[in-house]
Amino acid sequence: MPNAQLDAATTSEQAGGSFGGMQARSTSVLNETVRIAIRNLDFYYGANKALKAVNLSLPDRQVTGMIGPSGCGKSTLLRVLNRMYSLYPGQRAEGEVLLEGQNIIAPEVDLNELRAKIGMVFQKPTPFPMTIYENIAFGVRLHEKLPKAQMDERVEWALTRAAIWDEVKDRLHSSAMGLSGGQQQRLCIARTIAVRPEVILFDEPTSALDPISTLKIEELIDELKRDFTIAIVTHNMQQAARCADQVAFFYLGELIEVAPAAQLFTAPKHQKTQEYITGRFG
Amino acid sequence: MEAARDMPEHTVRSYEEELRRLKDMIVRMGGLAERQVADAALALVRRDTELASEVVQRDVQLDALEREVDSFCVRLLALRQPMAVDLRLIVAAMKISHDLERIGDYARNAAKRSIVLAELPQLGSLNGFNRMARLVQENLKGAIDALVHDDADRADEIWAADEPVDDIYNGIFRELLTFMMEDARNITAATHLLFVAKNLERIGDHATNIAETVHFAVSGEVLEEERPKADNSAFAIVRPPEQGASG
Repeated sequence: MPNAQLDAATTSEQAGGSFGGMQARSTSVLNETVRIAIRNLDFYYGANKALKAVNLSLPDRQVTGMIGPSGCGKSTLLRVLNRMYSLYPGQRAEGEVLLEGQNIIAPEVDLNELRAKIGMVFQKPTPFPMTIYENIAFGVRLHEKLPKAQMDERVEWALTRAAIWDEVKDRLHSSAMGLSGGQQQRLCIARTIAVRPEVILFDEPTSALDPISTLKIEELIDELKRDFTIAIVTHNMQQAARCADQVAFFYLGELIEVAPAAQLFTAPKHQKTQEYITGRFG
Repeated sequence: MEAARDMPEHTVRSYEEELRRLKDMIVRMGGLAERQVADAALALVRRDTELASEVVQRDVQLDALEREVDSFCVRLLALRQPMAVDLRLIVAAMKISHDLERIGDYARNAAKRSIVLAELPQLGSLNGFNRMARLVQENLKGAIDALVHDDADRADEIWAADEPVDDIYNGIFRELLTFMMEDARNITAATHLLFVAKNLERIGDHATNIAETVHFAVSGEVLEEERPKADNSAFAIVRPPEQGASG
């Protein structure tokens, strides 16, 4: 596995130099290592085809933003990536979604194992009605048997990575329901990363949050991509512009255009993308 | 993105109107800059000091328009968070208004000098100045037209069309040096004329800058190759005519 920081350095160099040696995001070049490869993916809600021959690669430890009008298929794609649809009869996917060479939409895939590798954070914070500590430990116990000391460590690690440790370390054993919306969302992110996934999916993670909590989550995403590959569905175009390394635009179930964020938002190639991101949509 | 002109309108109508207004401001500025260049050249050739003073006085209008464009662009960036073609237009407008303001400064400087020149005896023919002014004016108009019509091809033509301007400038440069060598009493007029020629040459460069910016605004691509240039006056040496060779 290539070193993340080293990658960032090469990337900014390739992109024609950086200012002051720091570049928050790659300007034009994406990581070559592909974490998830989506190949020719079709998806059906019963007879209704919601995704049409989608081909998309999620670069390793970078953020892929998915944008498009309601009903364009972006959330559906997220649901395919961790097999959420398998809960519903009548919904099916065809094609390939490759994670480390394994097609994760094949019927024989162990869903518990898959969801430990591909975590998901939802629009509304969904803490369990238990203590803050238990919210994190609960998921870990499903996959690993850890002695108390190690579990404590894991909980602290996850809460620290989710940038909420300082705010909750003195009340780990009080209810998670007493946290603010933004804190609850960061707790959910901590819960997701506690099982050490490879990929984290965010489905509109900030649409229920105030601007400051939103920025904290965005900063967190920027931080997390050093270790995790991230996909984020958002209705907020500026958010995609702020967070994503590459952005995919979906329309009526088709992937219309995918490009590095800076390119897609300054000079999109496709007319439909242009119309959507500039607000000239029918 | 060639088909920008077939774009549907913005969902938010006031935004659409603001972008149109921005383009109108640039067109107005472009028109004024063209007129300043034309009048400055005319004032020089006709030795018309009244017209020259008008040019000098009118320059404040260009300065004011530049400030207006600037603050309007900053406002649009802050309030509309523009993307793609709109973002490029706004950034381009800021750059173009700056180029136009500089063009105005050069025209004003040329006009000032023509007031002095009108007091001095005529030095040679001013045909070169006339032709140069016409060329840079055409390029300026073409570049602004390219912006109005989202025409990247037209912008490219302008971008590559500065060579004849440089050629005329080189010719004038050599001619004026020769005048100065022939008779030291020519130096005052020749030096002023040299600056006027340089002003016109710089105006031509700003017109090609504008074309370059328009190319980016329309196509989303940056013109990266070196622009064809022919100004080699920086290396010119003109030898004095041999004097008293027979003695």
